[in-house]
Amino acid sequence: MNRRHWLAGALVAAALVSSPVAAQTTLRMTWYSDGNEGEVMRDLLNRFEAGNPGIKVVLDTVPFKAINENLPVQLAAGQGPDMARIVDFGGLAKFALDLRPHLANAGYWEQNFGPFLEWMREPGNTTAIPGYMTQLTVTGPLVNKTLFEQAGVAIPGPKATWDDWAKVAKAVADKVKAPYPVAFDRSGHRFFGLAVSQGAKMIGADGLPTPADEGFRRAAQLIVDWHKAGVMSKELWGSVSGTAYRGANEEFKNAQVPFYLSGSWQIAQFDKTVGNAFDWIAAPTPCGPANCSGMPGGAGVIGIKATKHPAEVAKVMDFLASEPILSEFYARTLFVPGHIGIAKKGVAYQGASPQAAAALKVFGDAVAALDPAAYRIQGNAYSRIVFNAAISRIGQAVAGEITIDDAIKRIDSDVAQQVAERNKK
Amino acid sequence: MSQTGSPPRAIPRDSLASRLIQGIAGLADRPMAWIQHAVGGRGMAYVFLGPNILFFGLFVFLPIGINMAMSLTGGTNLFLSERPFIGGDHYRSLMQCGSYLDPASCREDHFWKGVSNTLKFTLFQMVAMVGTALVTALVLNRKIRGRGFFRAVYFFPVLLSPVVVALIWKWILQRDGLLNGAITLAGGEKILFFVEPGWAMFWAVFVSVWAHMGFYTLILLAGLQAIPADLYEAAEMDGTKPMRVLTRITLPLLWPNLVVVLVLVLIKAVQTFDEVFVLTGGGPGTATLMVVQYIYETAFANQVQNFGLAAAASMLLGSVLFALTMLQLWIARRKAA
Repeated sequence: MNRRHWLAGALVAAALVSSPVAAQTTLRMTWYSDGNEGEVMRDLLNRFEAGNPGIKVVLDTVPFKAINENLPVQLAAGQGPDMARIVDFGGLAKFALDLRPHLANAGYWEQNFGPFLEWMREPGNTTAIPGYMTQLTVTGPLVNKTLFEQAGVAIPGPKATWDDWAKVAKAVADKVKAPYPVAFDRSGHRFFGLAVSQGAKMIGADGLPTPADEGFRRAAQLIVDWHKAGVMSKELWGSVSGTAYRGANEEFKNAQVPFYLSGSWQIAQFDKTVGNAFDWIAAPTPCGPANCSGMPGGAGVIGIKATKHPAEVAKVMDFLASEPILSEFYARTLFVPGHIGIAKKGVAYQGASPQAAAALKVFGDAVAALDPAAYRIQGNAYSRIVFNAAISRIGQAVAGEITIDDAIKRIDSDVAQQVAERNKK
Repeated sequence: MSQTGSPPRAIPRDSLASRLIQGIAGLADRPMAWIQHAVGGRGMAYVFLGPNILFFGLFVFLPIGINMAMSLTGGTNLFLSERPFIGGDHYRSLMQCGSYLDPASCREDHFWKGVSNTLKFTLFQMVAMVGTALVTALVLNRKIRGRGFFRAVYFFPVLLSPVVVALIWKWILQRDGLLNGAITLAGGEKILFFVEPGWAMFWAVFVSVWAHMGFYTLILLAGLQAIPADLYEAAEMDGTKPMRVLTRITLPLLWPNLVVVLVLVLIKAVQTFDEVFVLTGGGPGTATLMVVQYIYETAFANQVQNFGLAAAASMLLGSVLFALTMLQLWIARRKAA
């Protein structure tokens, strides 16, 4: 082989090696997981990459806390990923990429994600398509059926009130020595799962938060009274300060909670971790004086405005939001669908135990019972300001530091101050 | 070394190492000569100080300046150029109080609750830390069996990350933790340590002392070993009682070290955040909420990330720490004099 052959060979090899690499675009997606959805997403992305060798998607899995605390700072600094799975749609709307110009069929997105797109848009914007829903969630109670059976207490029926549940849960806990008769995640969203049924509206006609109304006050009073009466344990709401989230899923898994107010996103986790240790069911949301509604919510993937590759981001999103792929995602993760077409057709959940399937049915029905006020609160850009102020101040009232009246006054002033700060230009 | 009689070892002139060093040093000769020619002999001090000043300027003074500017602006944007100037509004909000002794009467009640808790924590922690470090140093200074082992044991927690320390203690203290297990075994009732404000503050102080005591013990031990042994021998010959030896010899001679430890403990206590945050989360209610946690939550944990208010609070905290550092410097200089 002479020198010319060597040179030609090297050039061909260099071209073969370098051309796909040079053409490949790497996208980053910030992700958090409650259950197995990270694994499912990675699997789907592998499939996308196999069909689109020019695009590689790196899945950066972070704790849920980082999604709410670190990601907004990254985005405000003009940095961050190309896509992210988020829950605070209103708060991050200004950083979201409008995918519309790059999508293959924007009509499909409007048709199937229409109501949720409103949650993701900046106030006043009626056309942007920032992303799609990885899940629709709804708050509701999870009940340890085995503890009820051991205590010989009957589980209340579908139209039971919050008072009914508080009474029976306390009776069960006293009999079986469970430390947490009723447990709520320490979260403003979960608090509103109770407050909406008490008649809380919280959002005025102008889209701004209103001072705490009677429904809100009734719910706050119930939380404080339940703590005083030993129906709820201070370990969850009273033991930390500020806006800190504190879930009760570990306590539920350890059979220490007869009645746990959380939501549909726990199903996959409990199906896997509780296993045969005890029987659990999802119950319809208890009724208050106003209605029997919980709170909707959800998580979604949005494109990020600062991306250098909007077309590639839209291509990934088009793939992930397509009906067969998203249907598979919901089926494998046991998530309530946030896609209207799939929700209508129903999801054939894979590998769900009979109790998980039954729980999914209960939460599916709960979506139909959601009050319009609940949707308005969830979709409002200021909702998390209200949620955070509520848990911070009601937490203080639970700990015995301030009265309910003082807590309500502080919530109103905290919300007003933060809304004013956000609107400073 | 020359005093002991052995001659100093010179590097052989023709060794490879010496030639290498001379070669490298020689490389700087020309540029240094040129710089000296340009700036003069006096200016060379600044040339040598320059890199350090640049480093401090970039990573200490510039951030302080940005923080100061941030505290005078409002809104939620991150970049200063996008934030409206609001003057001292954030400082006025922080200082707006009916009575500084009653945090509930303040507009920013959590800030003042944080100040009040930090003061309480600092006071308790300082007394407990200096007391236990002193007793431990006194014991470890005696000729006891396994002295080296115990010195290592007391110092070991200092090597652990504060988050790890807090998590370990959280597991011990929670409802179904080790301590409650022991209490139940002994026939007692479980205690919910993180639900009672008094217990939460007690454990916050205890864990902090447990984690950092070894460091201060080491400083005091060094001070104790510097006390001339003949003083103790003389006291022993005079039949002086041990308590009198402690109060008339040990403590007065250890006083300079004790003051340094006191000031260091004070500065560290005012800055407390990670351990307490992981251990108690600032609860129950706001019983262990510290100033630094307030700053962190105001800037990052709320949906409206109020960087301006957090920056103003951190400027106030910074000025307290600056005063404490000046105090430490003054004491150190007095000691040296």
